[in-house]
Amino acid sequence: MPKDTHVINSESSTMPKTQNDIILSAQNITKIFPGTVALDDVSFDVRKGKVNVLIGENGAGKSTLMKILAGVQPPTSGKILLDGKEIHPRSPLEATRLGIGMIFQELNLCPNLSVVDNIFLAREITRRDGLIARRAQKKRATELLTKLEQKIDPDKLLGDLRIGEQQIVEIAKALAQEVRILIMDEPTSALSASEVEVLFRVIRELKSRGVAIIYISHKLEELLQIGDYITILRDGFKVADEVASNTDVPWMIEKMVGRNPAALFTREERQLGNILLKVENLTMPRLGGGFALDHISFDLHEGEILGFYGLMGAGRSDLVNCLAGAQLQTAGEIWLNDELITTKDVSGRIDAGFMLIPEDRQRYGLVQTLSVKDNMLLASLKNYFNGFFLAHKQENVATEQQVKDLSIRVANPNQPITALSGGNQQKVVVGKGLLTQPKVLLLDEPTRGIDVGAKSEIFEIMNNLASKGYGVVFISSELKEVLAMSDRILVMSKGKITGEFSHQEATEEKLVAASAIGHGPSIGGNHRG
Amino acid sequence: MDKETKTNSEQLKKQRKITKTDVQQFLLRGRTFIALFLVLAVFSTLSPQFLGIGNVVIMSKHVAINAILAIGMTFVILTGGIDLSVGSIAGMTAMIAGGLINEGIILPQLGIIIYPHTWMVIVISLAAGTLMGAISGWIITRFNVAPFIATLGMMYIARGMAGLRNNGYTFPNIIGRAEYGNTGFELLGTGSLLGINYSIWIMIAFALIAYFVTSRLPFGRHVFAIGGNEDTAELSGVRVYRTKVIVYSISGFCSAMVGLIIAAQLVAAHPATADTYELSAIAAVVLGGTSLSGGSGGIGGTLIGAFVIGVLVDGLNILGVSSFWQKVIKGAVIVLAVIIDQVQRRMQERIALQEQQEID
Repeated sequence: MPKDTHVINSESSTMPKTQNDIILSAQNITKIFPGTVALDDVSFDVRKGKVNVLIGENGAGKSTLMKILAGVQPPTSGKILLDGKEIHPRSPLEATRLGIGMIFQELNLCPNLSVVDNIFLAREITRRDGLIARRAQKKRATELLTKLEQKIDPDKLLGDLRIGEQQIVEIAKALAQEVRILIMDEPTSALSASEVEVLFRVIRELKSRGVAIIYISHKLEELLQIGDYITILRDGFKVADEVASNTDVPWMIEKMVGRNPAALFTREERQLGNILLKVENLTMPRLGGGFALDHISFDLHEGEILGFYGLMGAGRSDLVNCLAGAQLQTAGEIWLNDELITTKDVSGRIDAGFMLIPEDRQRYGLVQTLSVKDNMLLASLKNYFNGFFLAHKQENVATEQQVKDLSIRVANPNQPITALSGGNQQKVVVGKGLLTQPKVLLLDEPTRGIDVGAKSEIFEIMNNLASKGYGVVFISSELKEVLAMSDRILVMSKGKITGEFSHQEATEEKLVAASAIGHGPSIGGNHRG
Repeated sequence: MDKETKTNSEQLKKQRKITKTDVQQFLLRGRTFIALFLVLAVFSTLSPQFLGIGNVVIMSKHVAINAILAIGMTFVILTGGIDLSVGSIAGMTAMIAGGLINEGIILPQLGIIIYPHTWMVIVISLAAGTLMGAISGWIITRFNVAPFIATLGMMYIARGMAGLRNNGYTFPNIIGRAEYGNTGFELLGTGSLLGINYSIWIMIAFALIAYFVTSRLPFGRHVFAIGGNEDTAELSGVRVYRTKVIVYSISGFCSAMVGLIIAAQLVAAHPATADTYELSAIAAVVLGGTSLSGGSGGIGGTLIGAFVIGVLVDGLNILGVSSFWQKVIKGAVIVLAVIIDQVQRRMQERIALQEQQEID
């Protein structure tokens, strides 16, 4: 059975480096959904061997355009040319056959299958007798993962991996497909800084082999690092098309949102209050030995935004899960307003004043079958319970208040939650948390995968809360966000706090250096290390 | 139909002119009602005595039994679970009640036999059924056993215990004796208020309570949340384990009630009481639009679903359709209902997205 798996290594140097070589061209694409125009006469060229960046706020039409290119939906009008010939991909499978692959933002993997099975799903390598060639698959999977500098065991169940690792597998899956055009929708949203570095090396290698990359991301700084051409969409229109070297972040933000980018971060100087939360020797054992949290101690003041930075798996999420009561096997003392917290479970901790806004919004933040209103009220139902029944009036008042305060864009609070954009869904989750009247709000990557406008709104909400005297714990993997928003930053590595910086003293270099303490010289790359 | 979708559709109509999709939506949302109406219309034209008083009473009594089981089942299915043990628990409680009335509680050490009062018999039997449900719920949550397996086990255990109670024999003539003060049990099956059989009143009461619980109590909201996304519910402070145990207890309680009603109607407790009734109950829930994967649906739909099945079966019987054809028709109706349910869901999603895009 002939296979061109070997092409990857042999062809890399022979590929001619033609500049501005347009491989895929979407021309005058219009997509009309009933009642709305998602794309209005948009043309988009994809150049061979380049990273073609596409940016825009949520709802600008990026995803629609990508779905059209990947064969998920047909355009209402306009045509797609591949190598100058018109194509009509009718399904993702057909698009893959034409050489167009896509890495989806919402991970498109099966948690119940192993890493190998996921990488080769629907493209299994088979032996002559029709059985799956397990050994060949495993070998190939190991090669791909090695290329991505990951120590992921290919036989491990996907569901047992952390989100960042799952994203790496998603990337490996796309690499295994030998595509000529690779669409990456927010590939770095769950990756740590070192993993992003690895991904960028892989992208550069793919470029050198002539693969055209279409790259979608909300992280504007990294676009300048990796992008070659930048196309910006706003409200279904193309508003800019520019060579990346001629652009900078403020220009991009201005084009995207059509307003001044200075308003993105809105941190204000605040007077900190008394110590609100005191954590002493919080410890959590890790399955298979060692500690996920290793004697963590810190304080949080009233009105303080306390940033937590660290690599994937440093223990930041474990820490907030512990505080929220979602982890049971813990030791250590937690004092809130000088009172020792003794309840262990989530509902007890919510009553005490802790509320977690979880990292994985879809899995832990939302109930997809419920309406916006029911999602928002879920954690605070007893406030509307008058002893006999839930008072609809109070429920509606609370919902409308949050919709207004957080400026959630929703046609009607009885809409299913799934109809909202990511940013608005996140605001619903935040609203749910605020309705429990917490004292300490634990935000785990609250800006992950949402657009610039929604991000700045989330930051504004954080500021408001802090100025009202809430304690805010803010986890983010984006250095710029942590640096801009936090009054104080704690850096974690391997379950320990490895650095503490005030807003004034913190710099990107210091945070990165502290986050690497305890790791070997080559992070993630040392097998059996 | 559940209240929320109703207010939702009302608001929709206020905002826009009535369009073709609105009409389609209305027809799809009201499909179980329409189905019930159609079935009633067809049978009453084909058979004049179908809507006669006598037949309606018999029909409602049949429906009541299935509806009460289905009400309990709705809670379970809303959390994303399933309860296969309802028929067996009904059988077991029937045997417990029959035994208590005919044989009493024998205390060999003291050499006496206690005959509990009829009310005590009912309370003990209901408690036993509830306990069996609670055990299922405990096994499901404490040991993380799939609901299908845990309740499958409970189905066999309860049915086995029903047989063990009297070595597989029936407790006949369970009317009690005046000198023991345990008479009147059969009234539960035969008695009536305002000309309507007690079992129908019980169904109405259970349905009203269940509707109230699902729509107006925090507990009901928790049930929906668990079915939609258990992890989120847990992190929002919902006591998932406790809620689930209660849900299976409710199902056990409803099963026990059915066991008592059947025993009272027959004036005898048979160990095979309510055999395979769990399947009809599940069918009624699904027909009523509650999703088997949990999180959406409601009591109103279940009640109508139970009526559709009951009317269908009785109507076909009156028309003399063979029992084999009856099964074919029943199966087709259930599958068709679920297909329509999926179509409606997809349509609703599309409409919601459109509405949202208009303001985004």
